[in-house]
Amino acid sequence: MKIHQLSMFLENKPGRLSEPCRLLAKAGINILTLSVADTQQFGILRLIVRDWEQAKKVLEQSGCVVNVTEVVATEVEDKPGGLAEILGIIENAGLNIEYMYAFTFRSGDKAVIVFRFNNPDLAIQALQQKNINVINGVELYDRAKQ
Amino acid sequence: MSEFWHDGGCTFHPVSAPDYLPTAQLRQLQLHRLQAVVQRSYDNVALFRHRMEELGLAPWDIQQLEDIQHLPFTIKTDLRDTYPFGLFASPMNEIVRLHASSGTTGKPIVVAYTREDLRVWSNVMVRCFAAAGLDRGDIIQNAYGYGLFTGGLGAHYGAEALGATVIPISGGNTDRQIMLMKDFGTTAICCTPSYFLRILERAAEMGIDLRELPLKAGVFGAEPWTEEMRKRIEPEANIKAYDIYGLSEIIGPGVGNECSEQHGLHIFEDHFYPEIIDPETLKPVPDGTEGELVLTTLSKQAMPMIRYRTRDITALYTEACPCGRTIRRMRRISRRSDDMFIIRGVNVYPSQIEEALLAVEGTAPHYQIVLTNDGIMDDVEVHVEVTPEVFGDTISVMEGLQKKLSASIERIINIRVKLRLVEPNTIQRSEGKAKRVLDMRKK
Repeated sequence: MKIHQLSMFLENKPGRLSEPCRLLAKAGINILTLSVADTQQFGILRLIVRDWEQAKKVLEQSGCVVNVTEVVATEVEDKPGGLAEILGIIENAGLNIEYMYAFTFRSGDKAVIVFRFNNPDLAIQALQQKNINVINGVELYDRAKQ
Repeated sequence: MSEFWHDGGCTFHPVSAPDYLPTAQLRQLQLHRLQAVVQRSYDNVALFRHRMEELGLAPWDIQQLEDIQHLPFTIKTDLRDTYPFGLFASPMNEIVRLHASSGTTGKPIVVAYTREDLRVWSNVMVRCFAAAGLDRGDIIQNAYGYGLFTGGLGAHYGAEALGATVIPISGGNTDRQIMLMKDFGTTAICCTPSYFLRILERAAEMGIDLRELPLKAGVFGAEPWTEEMRKRIEPEANIKAYDIYGLSEIIGPGVGNECSEQHGLHIFEDHFYPEIIDPETLKPVPDGTEGELVLTTLSKQAMPMIRYRTRDITALYTEACPCGRTIRRMRRISRRSDDMFIIRGVNVYPSQIEEALLAVEGTAPHYQIVLTNDGIMDDVEVHVEVTPEVFGDTISVMEGLQKKLSASIERIINIRVKLRLVEPNTIQRSEGKAKRVLDMRKK
């Protein structure tokens, strides 16, 4: 159920974000979603792509430091309180969210959110018990195509 | 076929025999050669003769080895002041080779060799390679720069004299270095330790694991490096990394080299007489005490150096080496007084920063020290490249790393520095000597 996310170290300087994007574009790899966490000095770029192994290779060959992290994608009702419901489940399970961001596409009438949990397996279990749809990689990539 | 002798539990190359001279005999040889080289300089080098006269000394005042401490020192500026040929002790028709330093500021330093000097140079280089366990049959890739720099040709002729197969590739073109290393089955490489790091890094990018190649030894020198750096290099390439020492003013590479013990560098003291002095008082210190290394060339003809102040900080070991060599060892040089910078009144050496950074698990040996001044106070900023081993995908992990690294530096130099994490491959790679300190302070 977990999804592979690539993360990269970037210096906080003009133009640093465009290089990895250009490299992936040249390799014909589409970015499904991304987020950037930053401090004054540096940033961490997180990416979700379909062919993450190929993307990692492309980025590493040009000298980037790339990590692979497992994240969880879930559907969220696109209405007031939709996200709060999920956060409540996580809180009750005593789990931590390290960070989260959203997908640009929707799944039917629902939004899709990416979570990085301190313990992804327990989080998946807790969410599924409450009938929250956790989306696996294949399903996610198929939906992104639509 | 091996050229090594295996006698009485010792393994040595015939050419290494002087490494094992009984001490009394070695001292006798040194005195004899010292007297000759002092006479030669006195007769042929005006600067040396004038300094001797000022001190009221004559060559025959050298009656025993200890008398060396009465002789005048030679310093780097003496070579600049007498540029180009002022310190030569041989007529030009006996000089067969010139080398020169890069001379980043003004005129370079010129050094000269007679045919006999070149023979001695090859000979000490063979002893370096033999100490590093290399032999005929080894394939030595010489990635020191060829040309005016002494590293390239010095290592080249030494490796050839050893009987090894030499790949005279010179420095640079890292992709080709790695290709030939793989295709030719290189067993040993000579270069600066910082350039070898570049090779390691590039090989990984090319998908080549150096640990799977026949490469077994590296003879690394021409810049100071630390024991921590060795601990990083050896397992990553599955080689033994040996430290070699030398300087153009004395002969080039080949003044000393580590043996299989990898604990201190044996100085080929039948040719280069070592003294350690206190750089403040200029008085000799006893063996075992740290100070500045002073070298006297005992057999050099074209350009003898009497008591040359190397600016390198080391100490001579007092105990005998388990390898059986009787020539003395010096502690590896991790500090050069030339590299030292003073920040807020504290003396700091780049090697201290290197040691602090490498003490933190997984950090890259690629770093640069940037000195700035905002008009009031000096500041040190240490740039460190992020590696896959230390990269975490959350800000807190990276800030934790920053804190850990600056705390490690503060522990060693007692100054708080700014630590900046930078992307891989952003610190300029050198194909020769690495430039560790960037001084941007307004003078």
